Amino acid sequence: MTQFHTATATASTPVGGLNSGLFEGAQREIRSLRDETIALTVEGLNLYYGDTPALKAVTMQVPTHRVTAFIGPSGCGKSTLLRCFNRMNDLIDSCRIEGSINLKGENIYARDADVAELRRRIGMVFQKPNPFPKSIFENVAYGLRMQGVKDKRILTEAVERSIKAVGLWDEVKDRLDSNAFGLSGGQQQRLVIARAIAIEPEVILLDEPTSALDPISTAKIEQLVEQLKEQYTILIVTHNMAQAARISDYTAYMYLGELIEYADTMHLFTNPSKKSTEDYITGRYG
Amino acid sequence: MESKHIGGHYLQSYDTELEEVFNHMLAMGELVEAQLRNALSAFITSDLACARDVADNDRRVNTAEVLIDERCTEILARRQPTAGDLRLVVAVIKTITDLERIGDLAESIARMVIRNADSERPRRQLLRELETMGQRVANMLHEALDAFARSDVDKALEIVRQDVDIDNDYEALTRQNMTYMMEDPRSISFMLDISQVARALERAGDHACNLSEYLIYLVKGRDVRHIDIDQVAAIVHDQRDE
Repeated sequence: MTQFHTATATASTPVGGLNSGLFEGAQREIRSLRDETIALTVEGLNLYYGDTPALKAVTMQVPTHRVTAFIGPSGCGKSTLLRCFNRMNDLIDSCRIEGSINLKGENIYARDADVAELRRRIGMVFQKPNPFPKSIFENVAYGLRMQGVKDKRILTEAVERSIKAVGLWDEVKDRLDSNAFGLSGGQQQRLVIARAIAIEPEVILLDEPTSALDPISTAKIEQLVEQLKEQYTILIVTHNMAQAARISDYTAYMYLGELIEYADTMHLFTNPSKKSTEDYITGRYG
Repeated sequence: MESKHIGGHYLQSYDTELEEVFNHMLAMGELVEAQLRNALSAFITSDLACARDVADNDRRVNTAEVLIDERCTEILARRQPTAGDLRLVVAVIKTITDLERIGDLAESIARMVIRNADSERPRRQLLRELETMGQRVANMLHEALDAFARSDVDKALEIVRQDVDIDNDYEALTRQNMTYMMEDPRSISFMLDISQVARALERAGDHACNLSEYLIYLVKGRDVRHIDIDQVAAIVHDQRDE
């Protein structure tokens, strides 16, 4: 016999009568950035690798405590844009950037900007889990130690809190001193997220965080993203459009370095405004 | 027939699956239109054989609904459609529900003919208005299906507007029937049958109108149910940003 996973409304548990107000204002409003608190503002961002433009006049606002997904074909500039948010592109010699990105009113590309502090405020997680060749504990404590925290009690509390926040505690609490490489790929990725949140950032950048993971580990990361957005602003680059549709509040579609369409996720996936967006998300040749 | 909303996927089998449910929906629509026309004709001419055919064929309508529903579920599960593809699958699922209901209405008219096979044949002039109304509804359904096949939202808007005419036909017919019943109480039983058929036709018109609303949703991405006709027109004429 078919079993339903959840029985929220059965004959014995009526969901409400005419006066319950159940369907009052039930129609979903399309989210608008006008109603959001803005965490990051990108203005006229151009990025060149040598003479080749990789981002062209990108202007957008990223809302606080929301998940913003970046989708688009390979080479469209989405990862490049993501890396701009914590100045990872500074490490590439041939890279030149014009325009500005403001984090809560401060231009992160200002001459006097503190890049180390920026990367504390904006953490990043990559496609391939990259734990350090250290113990599970030391991986998570690493950022705090770098900041000069030496108090064992503070470190222990922060490590436990962070590992619990990513839902890994029960799996690793008895082997915190073991090498992090002994964890599975999905566990390593959650550990890396724990490492990112241990230093209490404001924004977390996720660059295809589940593309190397199996479906169960992927689901755990997605669940984690839903929880983390209560406290952090999350930006995620993904090639998995169903994932963008599942977990993001806003979606940005990029193509050839341009931001083509940026809108409420449900709106973009049910009724995109641009034909090129529609062609991409429905798997058509434009 | 091919809707302009279907082709062009990298995965050609996806095109094929969407085309298949869309074409099956149109074929089911043709069947239902024939059922409605035949049921009406059987009632007007007291054609028992035709009524029996209609009653038998309802099984085919029901089978079509189940089959297309299954295919749509499969597409949702396997392809996880988005944007226009998603709206196409949703529109098909909703359309076939309305088509099946029109099929049921045709069947109920046919069964009435079968039930009353031994009754006295009515005078034909009484049926003229009913026949006119019935043809108008069947044409409306035909046009709604045609609009679907061509993704023609202007035509869909026209059909939504026509629903008012059908409602007016129904009211006029009801008034006229009451007059006949008062003039000649012996006709009451037959007049009630006519009223019932008129009611079925009026409801079939509502379903045809729904079909047009689903088409506007499919093409424009906007839900136009339960809103003012002027708002529907504004949505239909809204030019999409390409």
